Formats: sequence, structure tokens, C-alpha cells
Amino acid sequence: MAETANQGAGKEASAFLFEREESLTADTFIRGLWKENPVFVMLLGMCPTLAVTNSTLNALGMGLSTTFVLIFSGALVSSLRNWIPKQVRIASYIVIIATFVTLVDYLIQAISLELYAALGAFIQLIVVNCIILGRAEAYASKQRLLPTIVNSLGTGVGFTLALLSLGTVRELLGSGSILGVQLFSDNFQGWVIMMLPPGGFFVLGTWLLFFNWLRLRKQHPAPSGATVHAR
Amino acid sequence: MNADVQTQPPPAATPAWLMLRTLVVIAVISGLLVVVAYQTTLPLIADKQRILTERLVFQVLPGAATKRDFVVTAERHLEPASAGVVGDPVYAAYDAAGRLVGLAITGTGAGYAGPVRVMFAYDPGCRCITGSKVLKSNETPGFGDKLDTDPAFLENFKALDASLNAEGTALANAIVTVKHGTKTDPWQIDAITGATVSSRAMGRAANQAAQRAIPAIQRELATLSQPN
Repeated sequence: MAETANQGAGKEASAFLFEREESLTADTFIRGLWKENPVFVMLLGMCPTLAVTNSTLNALGMGLSTTFVLIFSGALVSSLRNWIPKQVRIASYIVIIATFVTLVDYLIQAISLELYAALGAFIQLIVVNCIILGRAEAYASKQRLLPTIVNSLGTGVGFTLALLSLGTVRELLGSGSILGVQLFSDNFQGWVIMMLPPGGFFVLGTWLLFFNWLRLRKQHPAPSGATVHAR
Repeated sequence: MNADVQTQPPPAATPAWLMLRTLVVIAVISGLLVVVAYQTTLPLIADKQRILTERLVFQVLPGAATKRDFVVTAERHLEPASAGVVGDPVYAAYDAAGRLVGLAITGTGAGYAGPVRVMFAYDPGCRCITGSKVLKSNETPGFGDKLDTDPAFLENFKALDASLNAEGTALANAIVTVKHGTKTDPWQIDAITGATVSSRAMGRAANQAAQRAIPAIQRELATLSQPN
């Protein structure tokens, strides 16, 4: 279908990617949260997921920064989609993404120098976060502005929630606090490994196990009690 | 799917000007956005930085109400901080009556995961370091971040000897970090068990800060002590 439409379009238009446009539905937003969750389903953006989830605040800062870049780069890519020939699309997307990452970089410094210091190089590394380039390539370059913004917001919120689910568990087990508020008595000895890179892998693995178990159970409902008795 | 790809006619060539135009337009948009963001946030960030520095100085030097900024130049001279002067910052802090409370000096030491930058409080009266605050560190959470919180470790910086040699050019005894439980002299730092590398970084930062700044401070003490 798409190819035919492409051939029919004029000589200049053949340089652009045309695919069927999606209409705006609730699914446009929700997909990023659950069915296409960037971390738990697509396993994208593992570097910040493992690196900056040692505290809830870092996870939140990283998630919101990435969401900001996702929305704005998506919006610009979508607005320019009919002017970007596919030969130069990767170069264009990377420049657009890098621009918004630079904006976030300055914004975070203007908001809080402490948060900026805590997130360190991972703010700049959002440029190479494959969730954003993936959204630009797979969605924003083919869809209208509004669905793109909604889809990017969904993906960003999905990413933020995934980071928070790692960050809260790691901070709680690692230092006995959430958002810096101590929840246990002074006798609680922090589970230091949870704050270290291996802790990131453990917690991510456990969440993946949990979500895959949920999904499998939904696809193949547990056999009724009768089967068990028949053995 | 494969056959489908093969039967497709080759796509029409994209004109070169089209690709160039796209990249130029995107580069211009990008340039505008970055420059505007930089110019807008620059005063905000500088303001944040100033407030943060002031807070840190007043934190390591309790009782301070005002501060004056100085710089130790490469030639080890103490000069008032201004746009053209480069070097390590030294902050002279004064209490409400205008008396010199102490000086805040900064130093850097190589830690377990990159440099550890620390601010130290120097008391010219006792010629010792009386406080510390880590400014920047990538040390392992749970180990290295104890540099700022471990009460036993911070005890080292209550009165860390930083007296100068007879010529007044360097410390009489270099500040060193020693293994936990082996501190014998007032210029030694007792390391944190399990965070020896980070503790050593702290020691190196203290030594660097003191060796650079204290000779200049002691020389200019008369000027520094004058209330502004």
C-alpha cells in the first residue's frame, strides 16, 4: 500500500517516507506505558536505566529530562517530516535531538545545580538514547504532530515510570529511604550493592521477570485445578 | 517480503540541493535554539552558582556573615577575584562584626571514580583545617559518599594540622591519609574502612589545597584580617 502511494507521488516526494498515518486514540498514549514500554518491553535505553536509578530523585530527573527531549524532538521531526529526505534523516534527527538535549542541560543547571551534579554525564548522553532516535525514526517521521506529541509523552511517561520503579526499590533497599526521607530506623544497614551497578541489574532483572510472568499468564491462563489433579 | 523488495523499482534520486537545504535549515534552527537557551540561562546559572558557593562557604565556616573572594594565582600570589584573574578560589569569610572567621580553600584529589573536589575551612589562628565539604565526587554510593557524612571520618577535619615550615613556603608536614586506626599525628587523616581510595583522595585534596593556598594566605594575613 505504502509503496504504491509513494510511486504515485511526484519525483520530489519519493525522497520522503510515507506510511499510513495513525489517528489519535487513547492507545497512542497508553502504548508507551505498557505494551511498548521502552524499558520493560522493548529493552531500550538500558544505559541510563542502570546508571542513574540509584535514587528516586535521579530516576525522576532523568525520566523527565528524557520525556522533554522526546516530546520536543518528536514534535520538530514530525513538523519537518515532509521536508527531510530519507538520505539525511539520521543526521537531521541527531542534530534535532542534540539541540533539545543541550536545552535540557542548561535548564537543569538553571533549576538545580545539585541535580545536575547528580545526573552528571548522563544528561549529555540522552543524545544517544535509542528510545528517542527510535521514536523519531519509527513514529515521528511518519505521523502528524498531535499524535506524535501524545505518543512521545506516553513513551516518556513509560520510561519515567520504569526508571522510578527501579529507583525507588534501589534507594529503599540501598539506603532505606525514598526521595531522601529515611523510612527505617538507624539500625537499618543499607544493602549497599543495590546502589552499585550490580544492584541495577538485579532490580531490572526482577522487574523483567515480574512483567514477563504477568504477560505470559495473560496469554496462557493457568490450567484449571482439574489438570493438576489428573496427574 | 524479500521478493517484494526485489520487484520494487529503484527510487528516484533525491536532488543534492534538497538534502543540503534540509541540513542547513535544521542546523540554523538548532543554532538559534541553543544560543537563545544559553543566553537565557547564563545569568540564572551564574546566580545559582554564586548562591551555592556562598552557602557552602558559610557551611564550612560557621559564624560567617559575609565573604570576599580571592584567587591564588599560578605564581602563588593572593589577589582579589576579578574577571581577568585565573587560579584557585579562596574565600575569606567574616562575621557580623567584620572579623575574619576563616578561609575556605578548595583542592582536588584523584578518587576511585574520577576526581574528588573538596572545600576546606582554614583557620589562620590555629593554623589548621577545621572543616570540609565535598563539592564534586563520583565515588561509589554507600562507600565514597561517606566522605561527607561519616562522623568518625569528619572528626579528622576538626583540627587537621596545616602549619607551615620555617620559610613559610609549604606545609611543615604534608597532609596524608593513613590506614584506618593508624593515625598518630595531627596532620594525618584516618581513612574510612572500605573506602580507602576515596579517603586518600580526600587527603590529597586537602594537601593540594593547603600547599597551594596557605603560604599565600599567611603572607597576606594582615590584608585579609582588615575588615572591609
